[in-house]
Amino acid sequence: MNKFIPIIISRPQSSNLMNVLVPVIAVILTLLTGSIIFSIMGFNPFFALHTFFISPISTSYGISELLVKATPLALIAIGLAFCFKNNIYNIGAEGQLTMGAIFGGGIGIYFYDTNAFWLLPLMILGGAIGGALWAMIPALLKTKFNTNEILTSLMLVYVALLILDYLVVGPWKDPLGYSFPKTRQFSESGRMPLLFAGLRVHFGLIITLVLIFFSWFIFSKTIFGFQLKVSGYSPTAARYAGFSQNILVYLAFGICGAFAGIAGLSEVSGPIGLLYRDISPNYGFTAIIVAFLGRLHPIGIIFASLIIALTYLGAEDAQLFMQIPAAVGFVFQGLILFYLLGADLLVNYKLEFNK
Amino acid sequence: MIKLYKLLLLSLTFFVFSLGSAYADPKKVGFIYIGPPGDHGWTYMHDVGRKHMQSQLGDAVTSTYIENVPENADAVRAIRKLASSGHDLIFTTSFNYMDQTLEVAKEFPNVKFEHATGYKRADNVSTYSARFYEGRTISGHIAGHMTKTNTIGYIASFPIPEVVRGINAFYLAASKVNPDIKIKIIWAFTWYDPGKEADAANTLINQGADILVQHTDTFAPCQAAEKAGVLAFGQASNQEEFCPNAHLTAIEDIWGPYYAARAQAVVDGTWSSEDTWDGMAEGMVVMSPYNTKLMPASLIQEAINMEVAIKDGKLHSFEGPIYNQAGELMVAEGEVADDGMLAGMNWYVQGIDGELPQ
Amino acid sequence: MDFELLYGIVKIILIATTPLVFAGIGELVTEKSGVLNLGVEGMMLVGAVTAFVTLVITGNYILAFTFSILSGVIMSSLFAFLVLILMSNQIATGLALTIFGIGLSSMIGKNYIGTPIEGLSPWFFVIFSFVIVFFISYFFYKTKAGLILRAVGESHNSAHALGYGVLKIRFCSIIFGGAMCALAGSYMSICYAPMWQENMTAGRGWIALALVVFATWKPGRILIGAYIFGGVSILQMNFQAWGLSLPGQFFNMAPYLATLIVLVLISSNKLRVKLSAPASLTIPFFKGR
Repeated sequence: MNKFIPIIISRPQSSNLMNVLVPVIAVILTLLTGSIIFSIMGFNPFFALHTFFISPISTSYGISELLVKATPLALIAIGLAFCFKNNIYNIGAEGQLTMGAIFGGGIGIYFYDTNAFWLLPLMILGGAIGGALWAMIPALLKTKFNTNEILTSLMLVYVALLILDYLVVGPWKDPLGYSFPKTRQFSESGRMPLLFAGLRVHFGLIITLVLIFFSWFIFSKTIFGFQLKVSGYSPTAARYAGFSQNILVYLAFGICGAFAGIAGLSEVSGPIGLLYRDISPNYGFTAIIVAFLGRLHPIGIIFASLIIALTYLGAEDAQLFMQIPAAVGFVFQGLILFYLLGADLLVNYKLEFNK
Repeated sequence: MIKLYKLLLLSLTFFVFSLGSAYADPKKVGFIYIGPPGDHGWTYMHDVGRKHMQSQLGDAVTSTYIENVPENADAVRAIRKLASSGHDLIFTTSFNYMDQTLEVAKEFPNVKFEHATGYKRADNVSTYSARFYEGRTISGHIAGHMTKTNTIGYIASFPIPEVVRGINAFYLAASKVNPDIKIKIIWAFTWYDPGKEADAANTLINQGADILVQHTDTFAPCQAAEKAGVLAFGQASNQEEFCPNAHLTAIEDIWGPYYAARAQAVVDGTWSSEDTWDGMAEGMVVMSPYNTKLMPASLIQEAINMEVAIKDGKLHSFEGPIYNQAGELMVAEGEVADDGMLAGMNWYVQGIDGELPQ
Repeated sequence: MDFELLYGIVKIILIATTPLVFAGIGELVTEKSGVLNLGVEGMMLVGAVTAFVTLVITGNYILAFTFSILSGVIMSSLFAFLVLILMSNQIATGLALTIFGIGLSSMIGKNYIGTPIEGLSPWFFVIFSFVIVFFISYFFYKTKAGLILRAVGESHNSAHALGYGVLKIRFCSIIFGGAMCALAGSYMSICYAPMWQENMTAGRGWIALALVVFATWKPGRILIGAYIFGGVSILQMNFQAWGLSLPGQFFNMAPYLATLIVLVLISSNKLRVKLSAPASLTIPFFKGR
């Protein structure tokens, strides 16, 4: 009887073949499930899947939008990789993003009538500092008081969102805005330059790509990257090897926070151009999923961010062209995530039948 | 011979007609919604307006909507999707779509845009809003007569002029008929959280309010009033079915005729950028049927007379003298508040306790 | 202050806090077994819509709550299958469960928004929430099964070595968590604010997660924490209605800040942390080599 029950065997190294194969399997499964769902709902499955996955990126504008959506996701996810590799579960990137937007955006509002070359760099720096400072709180609590960072970072998300809320409803309100909860617009030089005229994809994409490359370099070529990995596997071993776990915690949180802060700033100074309550459609949380789907690897994260971004665009197109409610988009997105996350098993473990 | 002639004429007419309809494609009208059209509040009433427009104009228009569009960078893409997929007229139905609407409008000069409740316009962007405060004046008058505890509970969302105007208009009318009236205000800092709205309603009832007014989106306060046996005014749509023994009346947002007129203007080629701020006179603000079980006939008649006076311009919600909380004269005797003052209203009138959150 | 007013405030706090107690105690049991499920909000929403739709169709309250709890069991089984059998990452899977739940609940409830129903009196559930907390407390500290569950959350390898079925126990704990979250949701859509609206739980699932930490993983403290959270929110409304002006945002921040402070206080004492936080939280267990 036991013969037929597979036993899960941990792979000594994650399988390269599976690394490539698994996402493909997950996508095929998603497409199959999708066709079944859409057939039941009375749609032609080919048309539906085309609307979901092809039509959103069939124009240059569509591709630009995909990049606009994927940029913050990828940037936050790569920052999260610094934490997750070290087994630091920072799930408060949304809060760090918000603080980055507040710090950087605050500079933009202060210099709302200044047009100068230094403004945008200053705002980006402000965004990085804001995010990093906010991330320092859970880092400090973890190192000083041994406090669980999953929960502190999550709590700080809501605190940050409410601070933004307070600022845009109160002191930072646009004096000419009829008391509506929003700030002044940043000056032209406080906006991310567009990469192509008429498309919204902006300089934030370049920053993201540079930072992803930088991260790849750190992960694979530096001692710090090695330390992150080792202490993630075994904190005890790391201690014997003479690494200070505390410094690693600060660095990981700091980098992650700075990246999330830059992502927040590039969102407000890119497509938005001012501050208000809902600057981010949960990018900070979605990026956690992106980070794990991308297996914390720079290339993986790039692909994962594009896939997740596509599911958002697809859900919008499905609403417009098929009158499918927005909710179906969420359900479909959830399914894709389940398949991709579940299929991870095959990468890290293999199934063996008793012989 | 005549028969043949008639037949010829008939077929010719038919031919011309079918030719005409083949060439005059229906105009496409798109809507961007902040919530789901089934919310029985803000978005629901816009969708009712859309359907009204569709039924009025028939084959001349087709309409589409995108629901649950967040008020951030995503809104641009949603609006642009409508613009680039051949829509001729696009209504964006929430305040925070303002800059996003203008951004897309710049890129599509031939598409007409209409932004609800905003204040930025362009050659192809109109703005429109409704004078909901006119309805608050009538609610205030009714509340002034109906309250026994002289305490009114007011559940407010955010301290924006729209909401503050409503509170002031309500209080001015209520205190005119009942100088002892007290208004207790809870700012929920949300448009939408049924649980929190119910908590606020119950808190106000517990503090002695016997009439509830809400400026949030769900019918939870009305339900709470029904359960506690106190009275309430509905918001945005007629909510009588949810609280038949509490619902005095509601201020309904009627967008249909405006949508139909603007779509017709696009069909006729006469559309131009305008700033519309319509009220009861134009039928954009309508009071739900007054509850005859709860209100004396004389009061209903007074309310109806007030409606007529507002429509005729004989009654204004903000007639001087009006003082602010500090006792400064804001509107002089014999004058009425101008639209500029109303649009930026961020102060309470004298008599309201508490500080307006800034 | 007169008694009547105080009594009224207490009643409102009881009604408003009960969903937090249900979701909190459910998540606490799940976490005690060593699994973090961030899908609370999603499960609450699915529970809420299932109860509401069942009630509209059948008119039967018992069926409504039964189906709702069943929906929580199904949602959490899905999560359990992914994290226990397929060993997917718990944090990412929990977040995905929330996204899925938000979508699924809106889809199911599409045609039921604004359908009027007869709400149910909350008092049975308010009392039940106290009973369930005391029951779980008893279960954890006075029964062998409770001890085993805690052992699994503390060190799954030792528990396994002692011959306990780690996965089985975790599966049951996750399902209990799902059922409680669904109950919290159905309480909201049937008793608290009898209606169905998309996303009507409005973030209470996340507060429940904070609550578990605030309670330092002790069932009794779930009650204390929940009532502090709920009480602060209702009291600030009372202050507003009394005409005292306080920035509402800071009051909304209070639960989260309070949780942070408690977290720091409990964890600065290492011994106490060891006694409360399950050591194996979020760490997957697998039998093979």
